[in-house]
Amino acid sequence: MSEIIEYRNTTSDNCQLKKVIEVQNLVKRFGTFTAVDHITFDVEQGEIFGFLGANGAGKTTAMRMLCGLSKPTSGHGKVAGFDIDKEVEQVKASIGYMSQKFSLYNDLKVWENIRLFAGIYGMKDVEIKEKTDELLQRLNFADERNTLVKDLPLGWKQKLAFSVSIFHNPKVVFLDEPTGGVDPLTRRQFWELIYEATARGITVFVTTHYMDEAEYCNRVSIMVDGKIEALDTPKNLKQKFEASSMDEVFQQLARRATRIDN
Amino acid sequence: MTINNGQLTIKPTMKIFNHILHLIQLSIVNCQLSIKKSVFLAFVQKEFYHIFRDRRTMLILLGMPIIQIILFGFAITNEVKEAKIVVFDPSNDVATRRIAKQLDASNYFHIVRYLKSPKELDNVFQDGNITMAVVFDERFNDNLLHTGKAQIQLIADATDPNTATMLTQYASAIIGDYQQDLMTQNKVPYQIASEIKLLYNPQMKAAYNFVPGVLGMILMLICAMMTSIAIVREKELGTMEVLLVSPMKPIFIILAKAVPYFTLSAVNLVTVLLLSVFVLNVPVAGSLFWLFAVSLLFIFVSLAIGLLVSTLVNTQMAAMLASAMGLMMPVILLSGMIYPIENMPMPLQIVSNIIPAKWYISAVKGLMIKGVDIFAIGKEVIILAIMAVVLITISLKKFKIRLE
Repeated sequence: MSEIIEYRNTTSDNCQLKKVIEVQNLVKRFGTFTAVDHITFDVEQGEIFGFLGANGAGKTTAMRMLCGLSKPTSGHGKVAGFDIDKEVEQVKASIGYMSQKFSLYNDLKVWENIRLFAGIYGMKDVEIKEKTDELLQRLNFADERNTLVKDLPLGWKQKLAFSVSIFHNPKVVFLDEPTGGVDPLTRRQFWELIYEATARGITVFVTTHYMDEAEYCNRVSIMVDGKIEALDTPKNLKQKFEASSMDEVFQQLARRATRIDN
Repeated sequence: MTINNGQLTIKPTMKIFNHILHLIQLSIVNCQLSIKKSVFLAFVQKEFYHIFRDRRTMLILLGMPIIQIILFGFAITNEVKEAKIVVFDPSNDVATRRIAKQLDASNYFHIVRYLKSPKELDNVFQDGNITMAVVFDERFNDNLLHTGKAQIQLIADATDPNTATMLTQYASAIIGDYQQDLMTQNKVPYQIASEIKLLYNPQMKAAYNFVPGVLGMILMLICAMMTSIAIVREKELGTMEVLLVSPMKPIFIILAKAVPYFTLSAVNLVTVLLLSVFVLNVPVAGSLFWLFAVSLLFIFVSLAIGLLVSTLVNTQMAAMLASAMGLMMPVILLSGMIYPIENMPMPLQIVSNIIPAKWYISAVKGLMIKGVDIFAIGKEVIILAIMAVVLITISLKKFKIRLE
C-alpha cells in the first residue's frame, strides 16, 4: 500500500497544475428541492479526485451535470476546457464514464465491446485494432478476446469496463462507485489500473462508498445535503477532524445531514 | 446454358439489392450529420447480436407468427364443421326426410340420431355433445302442400351464442334451399324463404377474419413490446447511461434500436402473408403494395408506442406487463379481431377508436380480403398516420425530458 501512496505523490508532483474541472456555484434544483447547492471546486490534471457523500447527498446529480447529462439550474462549470452548459457535445467527447452498474454488454464478445465503444468515440478502425491488441496483452486478456463478457468473472469485467472507459484517451474519466461488490484483492488491482491511467495524464473523478479507497485519492470532497462540507487531501482532512481514518471523518460529517436518504 | 440462365436472373436482382442498399446507406448518411455511418451500422449490428444471441427471444420473435397463424387458423376456429345434431321427426314424410338428408349431407352437420319422443330433448343437450336439435312438425309435408306453411323448430345450445347463431343460420339456409327447390318444381308459392347471403367470405372461413387480426397483434407485439424491452434492458443494465454520456446522439441510439425490430417485423409480415396464402388459402385480393405500405405505417405507430412505454417504465418486467396488459389485451379484445365492434356496448365502441390495431385490422381486411383500393380505406390510413405523428412526437419529447 505504501508504494501506491508514494506513486500517487510522485505523479501529482510531476504534473503541471492545469485545471481540468472547474466548478463555480453550481446549483441544481428539482422544483423546490435543491439537490446540488452552490458547489465550487477545481480538479487538476492527473489528479484522483474522490467525490464522497451519503446516498442522496447530491453527488450523482453533480456528476450528471459534469457529464453533460443534466443542465445546471445556475452556476458555471467547465470540463476539459468546455462549458458544461453550452458545449455539451465537446464535453461528452472528451470524457470517459463508468457507471456503478456494470457497463459493458454481456452478450457481446470482449473485442466487440471494445470496438463498439471506441467507435462511438470516433476512433478509427485501424487505431482500434492496434490498441485492442495492446490492451488485451497488457491485461493478460488475449485469450479472452472472443469470450462473451457474461462469461468473465466480475473482477475481470470491472477491469475491462474501466479499460474501455479510458480506451479513447479522455481528459477525465468519471467513475461512479466502480468497485461495488468486488472483493478486496480485485479492488486493489482495480486501483492499480486507476494509477496507471493517471500516469498517462488522465484525470480520475471517482465516487465511492469504501473509505479505504478514499485514502487512495489525491484529494477528497465530502458532500452533505447538496453542499461540499470538506475538501482537502485525506491527510489534511484527518488532521482537521482529528480522526484516525477517512471513515471517521466521513461519519462526523455525515451525521450533520438533515436530508432523509432518498 | 443453365448456368448462364441462372446468372441472367441473379444479376438484375443483385443490382436491385445493391441499389436498395445504396439508398438505405444514403438515407442513413443524410440523417446522420454528426455521427459516422460506420458507428451507426456498428450499433445496428450490436442490436442484431442482442437478438440473435438470445435464443429465447429469437424463438419468440420468429416462431410466434407461425404458431399464432396455425392456432388461429386451425385450432381456435369458430367455423362450424360436422356439428352433432339430433332430429325429432314425428311426421317422417318425403319432405322431412329430404331436409334431414340435406342437413346431414352438408359439411356443417352430422345427424347423430333420431329421437323417439320430444321428452328426450332435455337429456340430449345435457350430455353436451349435441349442439342443435331439429324438430319437425307433425304432418309436415301435408301442411306444406295444403296450407303452404309448415314448421321446423331449430333448438340450439346457446351456451356458446356465436356458434348457436351460426348453426341456426346454416340450418335455415339449407331449409331455405329446399323451399326454393319446391317452388321451382311446383311453381306454387309455399313460403318465401329469407335469403342469407354471406359476403366476402362465402365459406365463412374463420381464417379470413383472423389473418388481419394476427397481423395486427404480431406487429404490435414485436415492435412495441420488444422495442420497449430492448430499451428498458439497457436502462436496467446501466449501459444506457454509458451511451447517453457518450457523444452519440440519443435519437441515433433509438433509431439503431428500432432498425432490427423493424426488419424483423417485415420478415414476420411476409411470413404471415405466405402462411395465410399457402397454408390457410386466404388470398390477397387487393394490392400487395398498399398492404405493405399500410403495414409499414402501423409498424411506425407500434415502434412509437414501444418507445413511449420505455420512457414510462424502468424495468423489463414492467415493460413486458405494460405491453401485455396495455397493448395486447386491447388489441385482442377491442380491435374487432375476435369480437365484432358493432356488438360491443357504446362506451367500449368509443374506446376501441383509440386502438391503432383496430384501424390497421380494418384496413387490412379491406385490402386483403375485400380487395378494395387504397381510397376505400383512406379514413383508416389517415387516422393511423395521425397516430404515428402524434405518438412519435410525444415519445421523442418524453425521451428527451428523461435525459434532463
